[in-house]
Amino acid sequence: MLALQGAVREHIQAIEACGVEAVIIKKKEQLEEIDGLVMPGGESTAIRRLIDKYDFMDGLKSFAQNGKPMFGTCAGLILLAKNLVGYDESHIGVMDVTVERNSFGRQRESFEANLDIAGIADDYNAVFIRAPHIVRAGENVEILAKHNERIVMAREGNLLGCSFHPELTDDYCITAYFINMIKETIV
Amino acid sequence: MKTGTDRVKRGMAEMQKGGVIMDVVNAEQARIAEEAGAVAVMALERVPSDIRAAGGVARMADPRIVEEVMNAVTIPVMAKARIGHIVEARVLEAMGVDYIDESEVLTPADEEFHLNKKDYTVPFVCGCRDLGEAARRIGEGASMLRTKGEPGTGNIVEAVRHIRKVNAQVRKLVHMSEDEVMTEAKLLGAPYELLLEIKRLGRLPVVNFAAGGVATPADAALMMELGADGVFVGSGIFKSENPAKFARAIVEATTHYQDYKLIAELSKELGTPMKGIEISTLAPEARMQERGW
Repeated sequence: MLALQGAVREHIQAIEACGVEAVIIKKKEQLEEIDGLVMPGGESTAIRRLIDKYDFMDGLKSFAQNGKPMFGTCAGLILLAKNLVGYDESHIGVMDVTVERNSFGRQRESFEANLDIAGIADDYNAVFIRAPHIVRAGENVEILAKHNERIVMAREGNLLGCSFHPELTDDYCITAYFINMIKETIV
Repeated sequence: MKTGTDRVKRGMAEMQKGGVIMDVVNAEQARIAEEAGAVAVMALERVPSDIRAAGGVARMADPRIVEEVMNAVTIPVMAKARIGHIVEARVLEAMGVDYIDESEVLTPADEEFHLNKKDYTVPFVCGCRDLGEAARRIGEGASMLRTKGEPGTGNIVEAVRHIRKVNAQVRKLVHMSEDEVMTEAKLLGAPYELLLEIKRLGRLPVVNFAAGGVATPADAALMMELGADGVFVGSGIFKSENPAKFARAIVEATTHYQDYKLIAELSKELGTPMKGIEISTLAPEARMQERGW
């Protein structure tokens, strides 16, 4: 659990409810202790600054390149994306998607909606807060959910990303799905 | 699809946790705050210490300033409305502000009633000094709280008093037998059902930041140590000698609030913090924390 800023407590609850140990990561050396990494919702610009300040970036890139599972929600998805609309540079830049920030509008346009998520859940109550969405997905990216024709959840191999906040509801099926991704890499 | 639900409004504040929200008065300051890693900015006409110095009636900021700040940054923008001022709040909501602070820093418009915040799509943050006040604001629909402290003083003592008080009262409630809760509700002037919910959760149902007096990185870390979910810094940044440096240092100290060596490092040669005010020298009517109930 990357714990520089954002909805850390909720993700920890979800991870522990799935019966595995959650580790709070604040220093880059700790990345070596873990099998998978969740990057929470929060403010992507604030999290990025702290990533740079504490020299996390190379560690995060090699974590992804070594095939270890990473799951980014909202701000976490922005960190994973290879391309960002309106920006020349990406952050970790490992997932072959183009993401647009705040693409549903400001806070008053934030919403809840029910989604069908391929292979995970039907009618899943998803909470979108100043959410981004995936504008384009590369050919190896599996699209898992859409809302009003916009891609809001996708997977590329060991990388999983969604626009919404599974940590804000007590349905833990998405966290459980990610933990299965981790278990598959350990076996 | 539903907008303005409790989950969406409270969830927005959850995303701000562990972060610093900074008061700014123009686009340039907003950019400095964003660059330093602020999770949101509060757009104001004057920071609290200047409001204090200016005297007179403090009102909602000129919408042009709020708009300028909204156009300058991609992080959320908050703005303040006077306590009970329905129209100021509606105007800010119509402008698309991300969060409204129904704030004692401005001169109250209503000395009896706070806003019915459930009525709005935009979420609200409100100040509190104890659990009763916190619960009343949540009861009216606040989606986020901040302990009041004493704004514009650069003196942390009131902020410490308030965060300790709220958290001590939550702990007391959690360990109370259920048959004592109704009397506690009466004593605190708090909604009974909400106290039961807090007791069950073991914490407040919304995020609680600290505010009102944070002037140094160590002050910000102290608030986190005492259990705040994050920190508001008003005059502390742009009334210091080197705002960009202060802003970055306060953000880092908030993230790593128990890394004392780091806080020592980033506190070195920061320049002069804002000049503070000893609370006992403030006339009772100059204490902003007494506004609201």
